[in-house]
Parts: sequence; C-alpha cells; structure tokens
Amino acid sequence: MPATMNPSTSRIQVRPSTEREGRKDYISIRDYGFWYGQKKALDAISLDIPERQVVAFIGPSGCGKSTLLRNLNRMNDLVDGISHEGNITINGRSIYDPGLEVISLRRRVGMVFQKSNPFPKSVYENVVFALRVMGVRDRSTLDEACETSLRKAALWDEVKDRLQDSALGLSGGQMQRLCIARAIANRPEILLMDEPCSALDPIATGKIEELIHELKEQFTIVIVTHSMQQAARVSDRTAFFYLGKQIEYDTTEKIFMNPSQAQTEAYISGRFG
Amino acid sequence: MASSSDSNTPRGEAWVWFTGLGLIIGLGMVIGLLSLVFVNGVTVFWAPPVPVAQIDDGRTVIGQLAQRRIRAGSLANAPQYERQYQVGLRELNGNSYLWVDEAKVKAETFPADVLGLERVEHGPAFVRPQALRKSDGKVIPITDPAFESALQAEVSAAVVVREKFEEITRHRIGEVNREMDEARVALRRAEDLKLADEIPVRRRQIDGLEERFVILKAEAQKVVNSGAVATLDSKDAAGRAVVIPLTQIVRAWFPNRLDTWGRTQLFASRLGEFIFHEPREANTEGGLMPAIFGTLVMTVFMSLLVTPFGVITAIYLREYAQNGPILRIVRISVNNLAGVPSIVFGVFGLGFFVYVLGGSIDQLFFSDQLKYNNNTPVFGTGGLLWCSLTLALMTLPVVIVATEEALSAVPRGMREASLASGASKWQTIRDILLPASAPGILTGVILAMARGAGEVAPLMLVGVVKLAPTLPFDTVAPFLHMDRKFMHLGFHVYDLGFQSPDSDAARPMVFATTLLLIALVVTLNIGAIWIRNRLRARFKGAAF
Repeated sequence: MPATMNPSTSRIQVRPSTEREGRKDYISIRDYGFWYGQKKALDAISLDIPERQVVAFIGPSGCGKSTLLRNLNRMNDLVDGISHEGNITINGRSIYDPGLEVISLRRRVGMVFQKSNPFPKSVYENVVFALRVMGVRDRSTLDEACETSLRKAALWDEVKDRLQDSALGLSGGQMQRLCIARAIANRPEILLMDEPCSALDPIATGKIEELIHELKEQFTIVIVTHSMQQAARVSDRTAFFYLGKQIEYDTTEKIFMNPSQAQTEAYISGRFG
Repeated sequence: MASSSDSNTPRGEAWVWFTGLGLIIGLGMVIGLLSLVFVNGVTVFWAPPVPVAQIDDGRTVIGQLAQRRIRAGSLANAPQYERQYQVGLRELNGNSYLWVDEAKVKAETFPADVLGLERVEHGPAFVRPQALRKSDGKVIPITDPAFESALQAEVSAAVVVREKFEEITRHRIGEVNREMDEARVALRRAEDLKLADEIPVRRRQIDGLEERFVILKAEAQKVVNSGAVATLDSKDAAGRAVVIPLTQIVRAWFPNRLDTWGRTQLFASRLGEFIFHEPREANTEGGLMPAIFGTLVMTVFMSLLVTPFGVITAIYLREYAQNGPILRIVRISVNNLAGVPSIVFGVFGLGFFVYVLGGSIDQLFFSDQLKYNNNTPVFGTGGLLWCSLTLALMTLPVVIVATEEALSAVPRGMREASLASGASKWQTIRDILLPASAPGILTGVILAMARGAGEVAPLMLVGVVKLAPTLPFDTVAPFLHMDRKFMHLGFHVYDLGFQSPDSDAARPMVFATTLLLIALVVTLNIGAIWIRNRLRARFKGAAF
C-alpha cells in the first residue's frame, strides 16, 4: 500500500467523532491474553468498544490485531493448540460462557474477510446462506432479506438482474460487497472486518468506506486495517497494537492528532512499522 | 538468473530432454499396447479372402490364413516360414487349425465358390458348396445365379427359427423351472410343517407347472420341426462330401466374392453379434453381452458402494478426527491398504462376506430355503453383491485419499466464511466443502472404477463364473438379483486364454475381449469425467 508508506499526520484527515447513544462497553475486553501453542500472540488487552461505533485496529504486521478480531467471534477456535486468559464480553455476556453456543455467537457477530470469499453459488444463495443455515425456508423472507442486505451493501442495483448467476462472475469490489451483504443478512449486532479493502482498487475501497459509514447506524463495527488513512476516515475510535500489546486506545481524533505514546506517533507518521 | 553462464543456452536444458524421454517411453508403451490390442482385436471380425492351397504332399487346404511365423529351427540368415490356416470342419479334420510349411505350398488360388460358414456347433467351416437342397425339395446347384440369395434366405429363416427356439427354451421354460423350484421348496416346507391346506395348493401348482412345461416343450419341438430342413451339399478340401443342415448355420459368406462394402457389412454384423449376443461353443464364439453387462453392473455397484463409504471416512479423518499418533497410524494403514494384493481381498471376501455375512443372511432370512432346498445357499455363495463389496473394499483407499486431498484443497476462506455465517461444522461440510470438493472426489471414484473394472483375481473367488445361466437383471422381482453369479470380461479373457479347449480358436477372441474391456473402462471413465467437468464448470473461477 504505497499510500500508507510515508504518511504524515498533517495529510490525514480525521473525521470528527460522532457520539451516539448506546452502551459504552458494548464489547468489553479485559486483561485478555492469547496463545498459539507456546507463542503468546496477545498480552493484557483491555478495551471497551461502544455500541454502534466504528473501532479501527491498527499496527504493523504480526502485532495481534487480526488475532484479537478473530477472537471476537471465536474464529480462532479452528486453530489447534490455542489458549487464552482474561475475558471478552459482548453486551455483558462472556463469549466463553459454556452455555453460549459458538454458532449463536457467530450469528450475532458477522465477519468480512481480507480476501473476498464468496461461495461457488449464485449471488442469491450467497446472501441468504446465513438464513438458510438458521433453517429459514420461507421464500418471501429470504427474498426480502436478500434485497435488504444487497441494498445495504450498495450492490442491489448492480446485481438485481443476475441474482441467479454465479457469484464468482462478479468483479473484485462487487465480491467484497457481496461478502458484506452476506455477513449482514441475518442481522448481526456486530460486524468484524479484517482488512476488507486490502485487495481492492481505490474506487471500490471508497465504496466500501461509504458503506461502513452507513452501516454503523445499525451495527457495531470493528475493522482491522493497514491503511492509516482508512482508519482515520472511517473510525470513531482507534486502537494501536504492537507486538501483541495494546499501546494506545482512544478516539481516532486523539490518536492521529495528539497521540500520547511515542510509539503510536512514530507508527502513524511512518517512522516504523 | 544472473548466475547463468555466457552461453545463450540455459543450463539444465539436457534434463528437460531427459525427463521428456521418460514421457516418450511411457507414451510409446501405452500406444503400443493399445494398437496391438486394437489391431488384433478388430481383425478378428474382418473376413479376408480364403485361399485354396495345393501342398507338395498332394493335400489341398481351404482355410483362412491365421498366422505366419518363422519355422522353429530354421536358419537366421535364410528364414523359413510356416503358415497357419484356419480350415474349420473340426468334426472332420480333428482340429480347426493347420500348420503348413510355406516352402511346401505349391500354389494358392482364390476360387469364387469357396464358402465360409459359421456354425452352431463344431466351429467354422470352409467348403466348396455343390447344391442347396431346399425344404420344398427343390435343388439349386451352385451354378445357378440364384444360389447365393437362396442360401442367404434359408440361413436367415434358420436364424429366425433358432431365435424362437431359444426364446422358448431359455426364457419361458427357464421361468417355469424357476417357479417349479420355488413351488417344490414350498411344498416340502408345507409337508414338513403339516400345513394341511397348503399342501394340495402347492401340489396343484406343481402339476400346473409340469403341464406348462410339457406344452412348452412341444411348442419348442414344433418350432424346430417347422424350421428349414434344407441342407447344403458341399465338398471339403479333400473332395469329401459334407452335408450341412442349414439349421446349423449362423452365417454364410463367399470370402472371395465379397467387395469391400460386403466385407464391411460382414464385419459390422460379426461385431454386433460379439457385443449384443450370448456366447456359444464354450465361449469361443458368439457374443459377450452377459460379460459386458456383468462387468458394467458390478463396476457401477462397486462405485455406488465405495463412494459414500470412502467420502464419509475421509470426512471423519479430515474434519473431525483429532490430530495425533492414532490418526497418523490410521492414515498409514489406509494408504497401505491400497498396496495389498488384490487376491488377498478375494480371500477376505470369500471368508468374510460370502461365508460369514452371506451365511448369516441365509440363516436369518432364507432358512426355509436352506432347509427345504438341499441346503442350497442364496447369499452364502459367490454373487454380484459380494463381488461389488470386495472390490469396493479394495478401492476404498483410493477414494479416501482423493477425498481427503479434495477437502484440504478447498480454500480456507470458504470454510471460514461459512462458519462465520453461523453455519455448524456439519452444515459447512454439507453445503460448502462437499460441493466444492466434488470434482476431486470424482477423480478418486474414476481411479477406483478403472482399477475395479479391470480386476479379476478376487472376483474368481467371490462370484464370477465362466458361464452364467441368467443375467443378474431380469423382469422377475426384485429385478436386480444381487445374489446371482455373473460373467465378467476380465475373467472371460483369463478363461479364453488359459482354460479353453481350443487355444488356437480362442486366441483371437482373447484380443477382441481385451479390446472390449478396455473400451468399457474408457467409456465408464469418459462418463465420470464428463460429470466431473460439469461440476468443475460450476465452480469455475473459485479460488482453487
């Protein structure tokens, strides 16, 4: 990403943070540590993510930001030999609660991946997949959910005439928006985005960022990004990680204009990372 | 790249040629094998001109040239050849084939009146016909221009009669016999259990069947009597008179009169008989329809058994089993299963499937059959089911390995997307992983089918026979009889090549049967590949 190689803080435009009502500690991470086997990937993370805000995780590669994101819907359960300490709660309930099925957690926490990964099915079937696995059979419910999600993902006008065509025939940007539509089709509360624009051109990126603005009216969004400009443009709050530790977490404005940590400033001004 | 020398030729080019050599040798062998089988297999049905050879010792030979080879003991720089003629008329000559020193052949002529005959018994014949004695008493001499058409008309009539006769004896009488067997078993059971009201019913049924049997027999006799009583007066090479009843003739042709179109028609007719008819003369003549059908049904069944079994096993191994030493041992064992000699599976199939499983099925469900039918087993003997199961077991590792590979080749992103959407593991497997890995699984099934279709050794132990009286599929419920023994092309090749009383006559059929076996395997594979390509097209562009 050449644009982020050498940014200067003056060139980054920070959107003024918007405060909306809702729980301030909607997602609450407390003293959280995480291991892949013997390797500690996260250490003593504590942060609160408010409801219906966009929080960006930034930091150099390998800093643990993706690991933390993937723990929010327990995607890391797929990896062998993982362990954790501390706790994460969503709306007051621990995600590790033995009474909480990981499937119902994931239904509440949607996820969009770095590489768009539509299923080799039709556009329609991609969007309604989450509903289908929940057992929804009713055609009109599915049709409605499909249209609503595609509209929210700003894709409806482009694909409404080829809903039954293979999703693999869409362009890269369309595929990623399709993945967003798929992630929001079953109306989750939280949307996790793992570098959703890293494989897209600037126009497609712009569309996705527009989308994030609109989606945060309804969803709490956590986004991992390598692009400082993107973090500044879309997020209300930003967390900076380095080597598995949380260095600084504050409003995006503060992080980019007046970071309290020297490491944060060095990173966002492009002096390391 | 900077490390290369000044020369324009990149280093290591020689190795390209070296590796190419391996491919060329391999391709050469495959092409050689296929063309050998093809040429030898196809020429069986081609009718070449038939010479009349005068031999030094005064003999005359009429026969189709079968082989020409260097005579054993002849000098290398001055090779002497000998020829093998197919002279036919086994009942007169004692042997259908005759070796003659080429040097002793004085003259070969190709007279137009040489007649080739395929007969119901005693193999083919090459004769010089004199006259056709028709059923109405008319005699048509060979000099009559209508001779050939009259002969062909009589042959066709004879064929029709024979087919009618076959239909009655094989199918209708066969059906009566089967019902009779069932009725007798039921009668014995009724007598044993003293079922007073059933005994007379069964007795009446048997009487009725016996009546039907007698009627059918008479009908068959009537068909035979109504048939051509025409005969063909001929002379053999030595000038002896040979009288051949036309009911004996399957096909007649004048090999030295035929033009290319006539030969092609004859070729097509023989090839058609080979594929669509039943065998005659200890399998050395006639068709292979039962063997083709048996091979096909067995292979399809094997695939139907092995695919779900293998796929389920692979899903467990790849998706559910805990990684660890036990899983590793299981994997190694599965892979080694692929290297076990096939005859071992045959022995296992006989010992376990036939005796233990089949025996138990008979005890449980066919105990009446055993008790009242002289302990004749139903499933406790070799049959289609056990053959399919044995081969399914043998080809299981192929499917397991292919499925595991295919599952692990599904992009991680797809699996994660499904789980992140709230799908359970099973939903992910069913809706995402299996469809996406279907082409890879089918590749495994194709390999399994190719291996299974060509396997002979284990089948000899668990249900393939030289000559099966009935097909495993007919119009009697339950239509598909998994307990029946059946014929198989691979076994047929073995049987012709090594068990035939007349190995000279069987030799060409070995090649023809081999060709058919190869064609069948290729056809099955093309079918499976077509399905796979259709599946692939559906997933085209997926991030594989």
